[in-house]
Amino acid sequence: MPTQRIVITGIGLTAPNGDSLEEYRSNLLSKVSRIQNIETRYMGTVHAGVCNFDPLKYQKKKAVRIGTRAGSIGIYCANEAIANSGIDWEAVEKDRVGVYVGTTEHGNVETENEIYNISQYEYDTRFWTHHHNPRTVANNPAGEITINRNITGPHYAIGAACAAGNAGVIQACQMLQLGEVDFAFGGGVSESIHTFGIFAAFDSQNALARHEDPAKASRPFDMERNGIVVSEGGCLFTLERLEDAQTRGAEIIAEIAGWALNSDATDYVLPNPERQAQCMQAALKRANMVPEDIQIVNTHATSTKQGDIQECEAIGEIFGKSDSTYINNTKSFIGHSMGAAGALELAGNLPAFRDKMVHPTINVDELDPQCNVGNLVIGEPVELDRVDAIFNNSFGMLGINSSLVVTRFQD
Amino acid sequence: MTKDDIKSIVLKIIAEIAPDEDLTNIAPEVRLRDQLELDSMDFLDIVMELRKQYSIEVPEADYQELASLDSCANYLEPKFAALQGS
Repeated sequence: MPTQRIVITGIGLTAPNGDSLEEYRSNLLSKVSRIQNIETRYMGTVHAGVCNFDPLKYQKKKAVRIGTRAGSIGIYCANEAIANSGIDWEAVEKDRVGVYVGTTEHGNVETENEIYNISQYEYDTRFWTHHHNPRTVANNPAGEITINRNITGPHYAIGAACAAGNAGVIQACQMLQLGEVDFAFGGGVSESIHTFGIFAAFDSQNALARHEDPAKASRPFDMERNGIVVSEGGCLFTLERLEDAQTRGAEIIAEIAGWALNSDATDYVLPNPERQAQCMQAALKRANMVPEDIQIVNTHATSTKQGDIQECEAIGEIFGKSDSTYINNTKSFIGHSMGAAGALELAGNLPAFRDKMVHPTINVDELDPQCNVGNLVIGEPVELDRVDAIFNNSFGMLGINSSLVVTRFQD
Repeated sequence: MTKDDIKSIVLKIIAEIAPDEDLTNIAPEVRLRDQLELDSMDFLDIVMELRKQYSIEVPEADYQELASLDSCANYLEPKFAALQGS
């Protein structure tokens, strides 16, 4: 097995409550959500997490028009990550750069828009845009990044449902370890709020959140939780082999110490806590760690009745006896950013290596006793003596599970 | 509809599909691609907008007629006239 150490050297993100890590982290510690109501085609008002970054910071108007929202999110995140990494981009060999972008889904937004478009012309397909195919190919968000930054190394999207953000990071690590690339972007993006279908499907599944105050609609572990808040967002990390990062004098943000991916092989939608626990255990094993080594577990919990309970069951099995492990949830702030979720939620916790704060889970007015696992951080941040390791879960439909172990860098 | 009207229509469409471009000093007799960053996909957008906004069809064999503002006006004038007469 490759043993080269992989480190995070840059972070670029956009979340409903922040377009930079500083803003995002500040809002996670001060309990600012910014989930809002939006109007969506056919369905009317729904709760959603909307990002406010300026696409024109890194794109021309024409590129925004031709491309996709996911592409714009990816381009924003990639550019912010490059800047954050401090790398001399002009000196980088662009054919040695890889772009690995996780997506839960891609193409629904563009297809729905185009069907709506031709509905205005009696469904005459002569009015279907020639931009449809480049917009909807699965690699679109990653490919738009390569065009924007003239990257000639490999790019593709990782389709892994809501585990995709973690899967993008894992793919980047693997390609670096294999020597396929020297510099990698890994993470995920989501534009899902721009299609009615994802809202309607969750609604039909009785899994779409409703609350009179949108900022309180995403409430994992609370007794009154009633479903998911869909959000857009993105987060890409720049990842490098440790020796490369040290050679160029990079500021190392964190180390990817371990990971695991597995499959439930049981159901299209329902999670499987036994397999989730196996995934967590496998990630710990790869990191050569035990539960007591982990200070923060960031949960996947999406605010659904059954899903939250089952993840807590799995977490309880692995971390239930570790008094030194604290558990939180980021979706309570930003909703479910789908393909971005794993990376975005990890990013929100990484500053804990420095500030030693565990951001809370908000909107838990009455804790579901079946979600009462260990040191669940509710309502207010908790300050620890030290944070050396963060454990990040992301799970998805069709039974794809992912766990990442990220550590404070120690040479 | 005059040729100047048609040129204005084409410029308005170009402004939508190439929003970064400065269209204030376009020479009507010079190829658009020599003055603007337009590629073949952009010309497909021009064709689509003529279809959507004015029900005008431009067959692929005639795409070359859209090369400049002047050639657009010459080519499209009878098509607009036919629309007005119908």
